[in-house]
Amino acid sequence: MTERLPVKKTYKLYIGGAFPRSESGRTYEAEGQNVARASRKDVRDAVRAARAAQPGWAAATAYNRGQVLYRLAEMIEARLPEFAELCGGRDEVERAIDRIVWYAGWADKLPQVLGGSNPVAGPYFNFTVPEPTGVVAVLAPDDPPLLGLVTRVLPAVVGGNAVVAVASESRPLAAVELAEALATSDLPGGVVNLLTGFRTELAPVLASHMDVNAIDVTGADGLASDLERLAADNVKRVVHGRADAQSPWEIASFLELKTVWHPMGR
Amino acid sequence: MAELDRSGERAPAPPADWTYAPAPESRDVVRLRDRYGLYVGGEWLEPAETYQTISPASEEPLAVVGQATAADVDHAVGAARAAFADGWSSLPGSERAKYLFRIARILQERAREFAVLESLNGGKPIKESRDVDLPLAAAHFFYYAGWADKLEYAFPNRRPRPVGVAGQIIPWNFPLLMLAWKIAPALACGNTVVLKPAETTPLTALLFCDVLRQAELPPGVVNIVTGDGRTGAALVEHDGVDKIAFTGSTEVGKAIQRRLAGSGKKLTLELGGKAANIVFDDCALDQAVEGIVNGIYFNQGHVCCAGSRLLVQESIYEPLVDKLKRRLETLRVGDPLDKNTDVGAINSATQLEKIRELVESGQEEGAEIYQPPCRLPEKGYWFAPTVFTNVAQSYRIAQEEIFGPVLSVLTFRTPDEAVEKANNTPYGLSAGVWTEKGSRILWMAQRLRAGVVWANTFNRFDPTSPFGGYKESGFGREGGLHGLEPYLRFDE
Repeated sequence: MTERLPVKKTYKLYIGGAFPRSESGRTYEAEGQNVARASRKDVRDAVRAARAAQPGWAAATAYNRGQVLYRLAEMIEARLPEFAELCGGRDEVERAIDRIVWYAGWADKLPQVLGGSNPVAGPYFNFTVPEPTGVVAVLAPDDPPLLGLVTRVLPAVVGGNAVVAVASESRPLAAVELAEALATSDLPGGVVNLLTGFRTELAPVLASHMDVNAIDVTGADGLASDLERLAADNVKRVVHGRADAQSPWEIASFLELKTVWHPMGR
Repeated sequence: MAELDRSGERAPAPPADWTYAPAPESRDVVRLRDRYGLYVGGEWLEPAETYQTISPASEEPLAVVGQATAADVDHAVGAARAAFADGWSSLPGSERAKYLFRIARILQERAREFAVLESLNGGKPIKESRDVDLPLAAAHFFYYAGWADKLEYAFPNRRPRPVGVAGQIIPWNFPLLMLAWKIAPALACGNTVVLKPAETTPLTALLFCDVLRQAELPPGVVNIVTGDGRTGAALVEHDGVDKIAFTGSTEVGKAIQRRLAGSGKKLTLELGGKAANIVFDDCALDQAVEGIVNGIYFNQGHVCCAGSRLLVQESIYEPLVDKLKRRLETLRVGDPLDKNTDVGAINSATQLEKIRELVESGQEEGAEIYQPPCRLPEKGYWFAPTVFTNVAQSYRIAQEEIFGPVLSVLTFRTPDEAVEKANNTPYGLSAGVWTEKGSRILWMAQRLRAGVVWANTFNRFDPTSPFGGYKESGFGREGGLHGLEPYLRFDE
């Protein structure tokens, strides 16, 4: 009796809501699989997709953004055993799901906690609101492969930014799995873009890209200093986060503050 | 009838012409020393190197000040570190607050002295230093004084701690006000400070040391080192500094960000701008003209958030530009210490050269220049208020920060086009909107990529109102609750 031969997955990039191979045609072997090895050109495509998607995402209602991210949690929960095999196990997946739910709930609360009105001397209603900084590059920590990525991407996305993230280099399969969950979560294509490949090759391209507003170097390993130097070319916000943090202040590090003077009068 | 006749007899003869008589503010409220040292650890250090600081309005030498070397900076950082460890950081917030309240009060008491010196050394009209810089500087200390013992209420679920020694580098356009913006929140949060004033405007910062003496601030909590960019670089590079706050050009800001890469030091940058001032056809036109003038000619246009790009809705382009040109004719350019002066002296020969170069480029690229007839003084650095019309988005005068009294006028048809053009710059510090429609103000405000949006006003500041940029205009906020964050670290 012949056993059925399983259909194996091709591990691809996630750019603009689609799953392309690297334009370079390259792969590298990780966790026993051939994984796409993204190129500089793939980075640029991903940034372009992120830039295009960002205004629409930021303009969605806060309620809507919260629901979309909540649905991402639903999508992962449904595939929990599958995710568990690709990371540190069930516990890591559960924590990632719960973290997504936690951040989803922040979408419609941020301005109330991070902004406010300012009692200026004069006939103006003056208020400060947090706004997304724009396109955020994320270098996910190598470990834990799923929770680390979720921990760094979610605070950027919930605030209305679009993200280009470089997955764990040694354990990229969980990120590809996450891309599939993202694709079915109602998150507009391009809001989160996931690249697999070599960090030393991709990170400097992101750090020096003139259309990236902020870079999270939490997973940059020894590269952080060089990346910070490149980031100065367009005064990028450089975020040194923690691989396992959960706080509205993590969201705040990807936000700008806008202050408006609105006139008052009879 | 009879009454009218009598009043006619008493009326003075009409003047031969309507020009303003000189109304100089007295200089004798300021007593300058011939020579100033560096203020380190509560004492005056004799500097090894010195330079002369002048009045840009007359080129008259005012005093000799120190050019602090790397060794001097090291000394100052050491004094700040010692003061931090020696009680300042552990002083109860309520006591730190009292020092800041004292400083605010003394600045109010000595306001005129500071205003005159500010105008003398920087060239800005006394009207502005007296009515804007000084009241705001005092208010800033008063505002942050009140935060010193309330920090734990500002950031929910976080435990705030001072950062340590703050190195602060400030520009020459608002010397004392920028000092206040830097020192007040730093001290309120429990840090100690080494501050470098701008090379061309050190005198009010040096006079401020006397306020510190009167306030009995412990020695070393605030140290002032004067000098040029070399002094600033030494401060940025010093290992004993935990945080750098810089206000100045985007070019230098980027260099600082590069220099600090990998150092772990906290950094805030308040850099350049090329703000759009957007005028809709339903605005109150005369009010808008005043706002445009205030937006670009306030402080000779030496304002990072100046409204240097005027975006006018096409339907009102002609009446608005006519009114603007007529208004320019009434601007009085001249002696900064004259109480009637609207536009003072350009801060330095270097800056004047930069303005001239960019204005020439505007003419070469094809823009049409307008300058009202005005007689500029022979000595000193002066530039007439200037308006460019027929400006294309690609011209350098529409792209680069001029930092002078030069306005570029562009047009738009729809609100969407206004947003598109306003945001089409690497900068993002401020923007202005003029319309009588409240919903349009908020619609525009939401879309403008700038840290401060003024509606039906411009260049207005308040200690409670956070200030700072998007994009290449920098990061971090000064003022308001959000202005505390750069001077705190958090144990979580």
